[in-house]
Amino acid sequence: MLNKYPLWKNILILVVLAIGFVYALPNVFPDDYAIQITGARSGTEISQQTVDRASEALEEAGITIKGIDREERSALIRVNSSDDQLQARPVVQQALGDEFLVALNMAESTPDWLKAVGAGPMKLGLDLRGGVHFLLEVDMETAVEQRLDATASQIKRELREERIRYRGGDVSDGNRIELSFRSEQDRSQAFDIIRDRYNEFLLDESTEEDNYLLNLSLSEQEIQQIQDYAIEQNLTTIRNRVNELGVAEPLVQRQGADRIIVELPGVQDTAQAKRVLGATANLEFRLAARQDAPAASTETYPFRDEPGRTARLEREVIVTGENVANASQSFDENGMPQVNITLDGVGGDLMTRATRNSVGRGMAVLFIEFRTEMEQEVVDGEVVTREERVQETSIISLATIQSTLGSSFRITGLDSIHEASELALLLRAGALAAPMYFVQERTIGPSLGQQNIDAGFMSVVVGFCLVLVFMAVFYRAFGLVANVALTLNLMLLLACMSIISATLTLPGIAGIVLTVGMAVDANVLIFERIREELREGVSPQLAINSGYSRAFVSIVDANITTFLVAIILFAMGSGPVKGFAVTLSIGIVTSLFTALVVSRGMVNAIYGGRKVESLSIGGKLANV
Amino acid sequence: MSDTRTEKFDFMSLRKPFAIISLLLVVASIVVLGMRGLNFGLDFTGGTSVELEYAEALELDDVREALTDAGYEDFVVQNFGSDTLVLIRMQEAGDDELGRSILADMQNRSDIDVELVSSEFVGSQVGDELKESSGLGMLLALAVVLIYVGMRFQFKFGIASVIPLAHDVIIVLGLFALFQWTFDLTVLAALLAVIGYSLNDTIVIMDRIRENFRKLRIDDPEETVNLSIHETINRTINTSLTTLLVLMALYFLGGEAINNFAITLAIGVIVGTYSSIYVSANLLVALGVTRTDMVVPPKEGIAGEGEEEEAPPEWLNRM
Repeated sequence: MLNKYPLWKNILILVVLAIGFVYALPNVFPDDYAIQITGARSGTEISQQTVDRASEALEEAGITIKGIDREERSALIRVNSSDDQLQARPVVQQALGDEFLVALNMAESTPDWLKAVGAGPMKLGLDLRGGVHFLLEVDMETAVEQRLDATASQIKRELREERIRYRGGDVSDGNRIELSFRSEQDRSQAFDIIRDRYNEFLLDESTEEDNYLLNLSLSEQEIQQIQDYAIEQNLTTIRNRVNELGVAEPLVQRQGADRIIVELPGVQDTAQAKRVLGATANLEFRLAARQDAPAASTETYPFRDEPGRTARLEREVIVTGENVANASQSFDENGMPQVNITLDGVGGDLMTRATRNSVGRGMAVLFIEFRTEMEQEVVDGEVVTREERVQETSIISLATIQSTLGSSFRITGLDSIHEASELALLLRAGALAAPMYFVQERTIGPSLGQQNIDAGFMSVVVGFCLVLVFMAVFYRAFGLVANVALTLNLMLLLACMSIISATLTLPGIAGIVLTVGMAVDANVLIFERIREELREGVSPQLAINSGYSRAFVSIVDANITTFLVAIILFAMGSGPVKGFAVTLSIGIVTSLFTALVVSRGMVNAIYGGRKVESLSIGGKLANV
Repeated sequence: MSDTRTEKFDFMSLRKPFAIISLLLVVASIVVLGMRGLNFGLDFTGGTSVELEYAEALELDDVREALTDAGYEDFVVQNFGSDTLVLIRMQEAGDDELGRSILADMQNRSDIDVELVSSEFVGSQVGDELKESSGLGMLLALAVVLIYVGMRFQFKFGIASVIPLAHDVIIVLGLFALFQWTFDLTVLAALLAVIGYSLNDTIVIMDRIRENFRKLRIDDPEETVNLSIHETINRTINTSLTTLLVLMALYFLGGEAINNFAITLAIGVIVGTYSSIYVSANLLVALGVTRTDMVVPPKEGIAGEGEEEEAPPEWLNRM
């Protein structure tokens, strides 16, 4: 029969809408104000006792706790208001001490049954919740140059060991090493050695009078690798630093070839954030002190993982982290975890000299951190923040020297893979691989964030209502059908964005509003078509049917082209433009579904399968 | 066709005067763009901006004086939305500490409480790259539209859908140059949305033109185009109205940050609606589109009459 959906199709529509409803629902529950507790070091577990200590402190301070969620490595304590939240942070930080980081956060209040199906609210972008956005650029030229410098001195050292005399060897033009020799024979010997040991270089000989030159240049691919390595290492370093800041839900992301985005929600003090991001930590390799060493030449340091345990070390430093060219975790012959360390030329020399006569002694890796600690106190009801620069030195590894060490060696005797990979990471993260500049910075105050949310919400509601009224007036019963479809469209849009956990930004809201405005277009097209058919004297049932099917082609063509534009926006745009493109393209898909399938289903349910004299669709002739 | 409702308006009778008006507008826009240029926002030029909220309203000159005293040069100070909100902009793009030092200086030099609302620093290189990539994005969008419409309809239709888009973009840019409104990233997003919207409008009309060419045996292209515009004019107006309603809500309630976005789109919707009739359909007539352009090539073995309508997919009929 005309205009009658089979049962399965009606059920399908209802199922899709029900799923949309469930996944859109979490956005209705407002987030709770909360403080988040995490360990100051990755891997620290949050025990029940820790949480109890925090909640006792809060009770003493007279702050009501709304709820506590404890997971393995973090805990959230919910409180009632933003004021409570601000007061609670220093209280908890004081109660727990330096081993834990306490940060302000917003906690989802999604009911458990919704969480069970994986539903959760959309995340708010920085422009809506306040915070800092940084764009950092890694200085790639310097990264390559530093690497070449290290290699150049290593090659020279090896040439000396092989008793090949060279005149000079420097990095030139920032992308190649130029070695010069007195004789052709020296050069050809060097050529062989370098070709065997450094296969990453392209070798090229040239002669100027009595100066025999050997040019070592890197292939594009090698340069690419060095740059990739540099940015990856900087990312690791930055992530560690961001964790130190104790920010909830930070974002550290690579953008393009040489940039890093850092977003820190809730942070207002850019000065502190920048100091910490740019902070330097260092490593030192030292020999363990002999039993009979005089006290003046030794120092005692605690272990990083076991603060109770200490070791006495020589005062003299063998090499520092600046000489570490690379470090990675792997396994030794017995399948035990180890860390492979590569030092640069200078570091290798120093290491060999220091360890030649020290086989059997212990060697320690010391981790030295300079950081700014924030202490918050409540004075007369106001939160006061004090900053203190702290130098923290601890031992991350103490191992026995098995043989004379060169530029590549390994640290074994580690307890676990975890320990090995963390050590490798710290060795690498000790310093930035290449200098970085801040190329973009944006701070959004919390009041502006709230203002943006309110304004955005208000404009969506008002714009939406205006459209509802317009449609009801112009298209009567069909207008109401379109309105229901539009509402469902909005719901499905929210559901899709929640499912892919898209971040809602201000341009994103604008995208939603625009979708609302344009989504009615499909229905307007259909209704106008039905009116036309009616004017031509077609029976109501037939008019509905041909109205929907004839408008279909226009609707699909128009939407596909807009969709293509949205995809280009997404591919080419950055930050804000991307957010807009995401909502726009999801909106196109959901509005196609609601305007074509859902509204048809409703019209069928109202008019389908019976004799209809007239349609309530507005227009002068439609009701005749 | 038995249309007893309204007298058919002869849209195409005005096609020449409107073509001249469009041409003049585009030329004027290009001239203004060339003479005054766009007032690029921070996103594109690089620089520093600081938005401050004072506890009470104050004279902008006081702020300017304080800035000069503190040793700053080349700054722009303006109110932003309300008289307690002050926006300070500087072109200096080399110093990422500038925003913070301005805030500190202003806090020191003012008796009134000052609070930071937002601050932004954009390096000049980032800005240049953005200009380049967004220009490229715009061209790419136009190219994709040309190809898609060319394939889906016919090459003349492709041309007639891309030129109005360029027309709309140039006129909107011309207005931005004329009034020296700030052209920033949100405006760019809006401009791209204008392309999407205007295209939507154009396609709907073209779709009807194609249908009428195939369905009706009218040999006068101008009459077919006229009829098609007439048949879709209700939809064109209603959709533009709903979109404008929503944009008004955005403009008046969406907050300062979204104002330019709403204005751009509103202008774009109006210009886009106009251009889908008087530029796009106009061009189709001028390009001499005829019935034969639209005839579906006969399928092999079947003596197709070429007037079959493009049928909706079979699954739709089952719905």
